Amino acid sequence: MDLNYLWFGIVGFLFIGYFILDGFDFGVGMSLPFVTRNDQERRVVINTIGPIWDLNETWVIVGGASLFAAFPLWYATLFSGFYLALLLILASLILRGVSFEYRHKGHGAKWTGLFDTFIMIGSVVPALLWGVAFANIIQGVPIDADGNFTGNLLTLLNPYGLLGGVVTLALFFMHGLIYLALKTTGEIRERARSLATIVGLVAVPVGGGWLLWTVLQHVTIAHVGFIIAFAGLTALALVAAIIMVRLGRDGSAFIAMALTIAFALLTILSALFPNVMPSSTDPSYSLTIENASSSPYTLTVMTWVAAFAMPLVLAYQGWTFWVFRKRVTREMIPVS
Amino acid sequence: MIDWLDPLLLARWQFGLTTLYHFLFVPLTIGMSLLVAILQTAWYNTGKVHYLHLTRLFGKIFLINFAIGVVTGITQEFQFGMNWSEYSRFVGDVFGAPLAMEGLFAFFLEATFIGVWIFGWDKLSARMHLASIWLTTAAVSLSAYFIIAANSWMQNPVGYELNPETGRAELNDIGAVLFNPIALNAFPHTIVASIMFAGTVMVAVAAYHLSKGNHIDTMRSALKFGAFANIIAFAGTFLTGDGLSLAMTIAQPMKMAAAEALYETTSSASFSIFSWGTPDGSSEIFSLRIPALLSLLSTHTLNGTVEGLNDLQAQYSDLYGVGDYMPIIWLTYWSFRWMIGLGIFAALVSTAVLWVTRAGRRQAAWIWKVAMWTAPIPMLASLVGWTFAEMGRQPWLVFGLMKTEDGVSPYVTGWEVLTSLVVFTLIYGVLAVIEYRLIIKAAKEGPDEWAELGDRKTIDPAKLATVY
Repeated sequence: MDLNYLWFGIVGFLFIGYFILDGFDFGVGMSLPFVTRNDQERRVVINTIGPIWDLNETWVIVGGASLFAAFPLWYATLFSGFYLALLLILASLILRGVSFEYRHKGHGAKWTGLFDTFIMIGSVVPALLWGVAFANIIQGVPIDADGNFTGNLLTLLNPYGLLGGVVTLALFFMHGLIYLALKTTGEIRERARSLATIVGLVAVPVGGGWLLWTVLQHVTIAHVGFIIAFAGLTALALVAAIIMVRLGRDGSAFIAMALTIAFALLTILSALFPNVMPSSTDPSYSLTIENASSSPYTLTVMTWVAAFAMPLVLAYQGWTFWVFRKRVTREMIPVS
Repeated sequence: MIDWLDPLLLARWQFGLTTLYHFLFVPLTIGMSLLVAILQTAWYNTGKVHYLHLTRLFGKIFLINFAIGVVTGITQEFQFGMNWSEYSRFVGDVFGAPLAMEGLFAFFLEATFIGVWIFGWDKLSARMHLASIWLTTAAVSLSAYFIIAANSWMQNPVGYELNPETGRAELNDIGAVLFNPIALNAFPHTIVASIMFAGTVMVAVAAYHLSKGNHIDTMRSALKFGAFANIIAFAGTFLTGDGLSLAMTIAQPMKMAAAEALYETTSSASFSIFSWGTPDGSSEIFSLRIPALLSLLSTHTLNGTVEGLNDLQAQYSDLYGVGDYMPIIWLTYWSFRWMIGLGIFAALVSTAVLWVTRAGRRQAAWIWKVAMWTAPIPMLASLVGWTFAEMGRQPWLVFGLMKTEDGVSPYVTGWEVLTSLVVFTLIYGVLAVIEYRLIIKAAKEGPDEWAELGDRKTIDPAKLATVY
């Protein structure tokens, strides 16, 4: 098998990892105004992701760098093309990241409130825009013969793209709420669970509609069976997550929600295959797994690197989650 | 008339600003992680509580700084594709590999273990917790190595061949890229320069508390440790800088000539400490010179020949076609001097601090002030040093292969780059103010818990628990 295809899988894996991990960070950030009533509760909520948000966010950096190394033409077209969308994502991630560190180091409620707002905005914007970006990638965007994106920000704001954004927003919100149910106790947990059900009931029709739209856009391609299968699994896992939340089985609900996100990404990747950025200008200008990749030598080197590093990474990150496995309670937050 | 909506001009300014801004935080992260790891090891081995206090205090400063270093690093990773897509297409095959290696080998490691270290005080054994700061330190340095290897390839492209079909550079020897002579010299130079900065910050914090008469014994030990770290690191900076200028003379003779503003090829070339030229820069009015020093720096012999700018310009015009191959000479000349001068100044201040406070002496109000104001000096040295390294490479983006003007994204408009430049400038500006205040506040407060914590055996880990 060609290494290009393996790397399509590895890059896909890195983004699935990113969306599962930072996805619940986004959801936790969005939930602040809904599940907390005072600063102590907000600190409980923020501390559920305190030790790990940084490693979660690192997945996007590694994903981006791996894209650069394995598919430089995809990286160049995507990042220069989706310029303003990525700028918004960057600004959000920067503000959100420093806010965790700064919010409790200041002077009074106004300061803390300001950084809580940054955490919320910094969570909503990327959660929405990642969906818009990926929906547009599979739908196809104007790309010329030299591989340059010739549209602008408005090109991305089409109904299918925007609906994709609403889907990721809803899924990450729900993912964060389920994570909170798993990591907190008492009232916060109860509020997170009820809200997760409501968001879930919105996510089902919205997500289902978008999946159906995706399938319909791709009915003519040979491997549409895969797309349908992954779309179906996405919907099943989402329904399972809602049921588990209702049953109070937080751990199972979290796994079901992680699977929902993984299957949604697999739906996207299978709809994309064997392209990586289809051109809506002319299909012959599309960037593909074959024509956008690095040389076989680079891919060989990177395969060895990934084969050596990834098991280690997964092992020590898994260990970290285990170290911080306890639920965060109010008693752990010192009165300030 | 300058076109203010020229995407190339704006993209260059953006790269310069965001990169230098990112590098305000990187040296303190690199240097302080090491010093904190050493302090915590001292606590682990001796059980003396003042080492714990210092670990906690400087750990806090390290963390305030770390968060912003991480998030501004994401901008760097995205920026190549956003503003420099032609560059990314041309070099991605070679340049992407060290970046991805950095992510997989180093960045994951540091992002994970920094969290384990901050929040793990009461959740891990003392031994595992100590290991987590050392893993963070190692990962931070490893991270720097891969990034410098990537940058060194732009200074001195090796281990590649040009594919005539695609016109792109393709990797053919990863070993050559990772063991690029420029990287082997620039990496230790960057690391020791970073330790200098951490040292002066530690000295400044200690000087503040000593000037107030607070925590005398603890802060004297911090003062000594910081000053020694600074001086030892200065010696390292000097030696590695020497190695780097040798390697640079071979790979980029134009940069070395620009560092001295040496127009004519000269043997036994002198080095000017200061010079004053005519406004157009073509001739010199006054200068203070050390004989043969430039030859010594560039060739390690007193009478070695150093190629001049005019000869190199002629050579490059033959080789690469007609064009201007000189960097901005006044900028390279002065940034090179400021880098060296600021470094020497910081080391002298540390030496003076140690001398004035020797054998328990304390009557030295003036030295505390000097020590506090010296804190940012090594950081400024690092910034002008990188300005020299990057501006000295111009007009090339990848030396000899691609000019800066050819690397910019062709379809990104001036308005888009201007928007992002404004957004970054605003966010970064505000964050810089907050960051500065928080670090000053943490430094003045000292550790949270000056109360008796007990030694390592009897301490209650729950008291060390940290939350956001």
